[in-house]
Amino acid sequence: MRWRRFVDRFMTVLCGLALLVALVPLVSLLWLVISRGVAGLSLDFFTGVPAPVGESGGGVGNGIAGTLYIVGIACIYGVPLGVGAGVFLAERGDSRAGAAIRFTAEVLSGVPSIVVGIVAYGLVVLPMRRFSALAGGVALAVLMIPTLARSTEELVRLVPRSLREASLALGVPEWRTSLRVVLRTALGGIMTAVLLSVARAAGETAPLLFTSLNNQYWNFRADQPTASLTVQIFNYAVSPYEDWHDKAWTGALVLLLLIGALSLVGRLLSRNRFGQQR
Amino acid sequence: MHPAGEIAARTQARERPSHTNIPDRAWAVALTILGAAVLVVAALIVGELTRIASPALQHTGLRRFLTESTWDVTRDIYGALPFIYGTLVTSAVALVLAVPVSLGLAIFLTEMAPAAFRSVVSFPIALLAGIPSVVYGLWGLFVLVPFLRHTIEPALARTLGFLPLFQGAPVGLGYLAAGVVLAIMILPTITSIAIEVLRTVPGSLREAALALGATRWETIRTAVLPYARAGIVGATMLGLGRALGETMAVTMVIGNSPTIRASLFAPGYSLPAVIANEFAEASGNLHTGALAALGLLLFAVTIVLNIAARILVRMSRRGPARAAAV
Repeated sequence: MRWRRFVDRFMTVLCGLALLVALVPLVSLLWLVISRGVAGLSLDFFTGVPAPVGESGGGVGNGIAGTLYIVGIACIYGVPLGVGAGVFLAERGDSRAGAAIRFTAEVLSGVPSIVVGIVAYGLVVLPMRRFSALAGGVALAVLMIPTLARSTEELVRLVPRSLREASLALGVPEWRTSLRVVLRTALGGIMTAVLLSVARAAGETAPLLFTSLNNQYWNFRADQPTASLTVQIFNYAVSPYEDWHDKAWTGALVLLLLIGALSLVGRLLSRNRFGQQR
Repeated sequence: MHPAGEIAARTQARERPSHTNIPDRAWAVALTILGAAVLVVAALIVGELTRIASPALQHTGLRRFLTESTWDVTRDIYGALPFIYGTLVTSAVALVLAVPVSLGLAIFLTEMAPAAFRSVVSFPIALLAGIPSVVYGLWGLFVLVPFLRHTIEPALARTLGFLPLFQGAPVGLGYLAAGVVLAIMILPTITSIAIEVLRTVPGSLREAALALGATRWETIRTAVLPYARAGIVGATMLGLGRALGETMAVTMVIGNSPTIRASLFAPGYSLPAVIANEFAEASGNLHTGALAALGLLLFAVTIVLNIAARILVRMSRRGPARAAAV
């Protein structure tokens, strides 16, 4: 019995140790991004364009703007299709076709983002014969659709049946019940899901490398190559220059803050909505 | 407009039952089209990949493409083997490191730790999952790689140097660095699905084992884990799928050398990394096509893994009879 008790304790400690092992890289990463990144923060870093090698100053303003621009384009395509597919799955997804679509969405969310980049290259870059913000946006939209569909479905299914039944019993047509009762109740949650998927899209690098490429300057034309914060971080990090490495760390800090802010706003939004609904 | 008044007005104005009218039909059709968009996206992915890849596959032939170990763009020789090898080796390292830790963590959080603790810990795990891969790459490049080169790799060479895996100069950049970064990145994936799977194990199983006098660990080992086995295998496969396709972090730390080496310390290359590095500058149908063919291969493997994993996770959710059959 003593032996068995010892094994029990030992395994408990071992499993608890796994928690520590998992937290070490996280703490190290966050600490380094903050400690190495914070020195480079300045107004210039947010508003400037990248400085040439050897020159001091400069920033990633065009990259931040480019990321938001590309993600904005992604939302135009990704949000209606993703949310719409999710509503379909929740409202009419109990058929065989619904099951197939649900399974496809599940499996598609595991497709590597770099592969999606190739698809956007074929769909947009090849016909237009140039790298563009549009291509980057299409790539990110393709990544958003399956995850957004899955989370929207779950959120719409959370709406109590009684609400829908009450509305139908009052003679409200189905489409109006769906839109004005069911969707409106789920709206806060859906907004959260959208913002979380926007945050995820803003952190993507691989699908942008050969779709929106990069740009040394500001650009707000959908048919032109566009800088993004993540690609800039990558380029700075793999460059041989010491001061560019510092910029990569500062860029990473800004990226984490941007993603954190988006997720936070998303979470707060759904909290408020639910507060109002009850 | 006030909804109640509107509803009353509508009910009076219309006699027909609501499910046969035109707006309802239109709504149903619109929803179906939106749902079908998911299938269209899937078809587009497959279609575009094959279209772009086909010139290279016709030029090289699928069999030669998969078995050739030379990748020489200037002579139009495209062999995928070094990249396949690098992807498999780094993913294997990642699984060896991540599976025990994630499983231990999942067991700790579901079976051992108090419930209040669980919600506290779920936040850092979500954080770990939310960090973009380029930031992991940055950390890997400037923190992990020097640490491996100066500390871990010399130590491994001293103690386990008789194995070919741990021979050669400690470069830092290489399979091992990529494997470690991948392990950190897939840890939250495996952990969260394992937690989900462990939660579906009925409490009565635990109670039965405990009532028979088993200690907590014996309960976990004899009652909980066997029940959850299929789901845990599924969780591991989903983690593997993520590791195979992970691009930026691997590109930044693997060393980017299209060679096949036995040593984990040596620089290598992976499927996503070569696509990331060469695609934008690829000129001509053949080079672009060969890279897209690598992407197609990656797509096919991750899809198969994902399908199998989802089926396993679902089976273990449904209950013991099905799970036991696996």
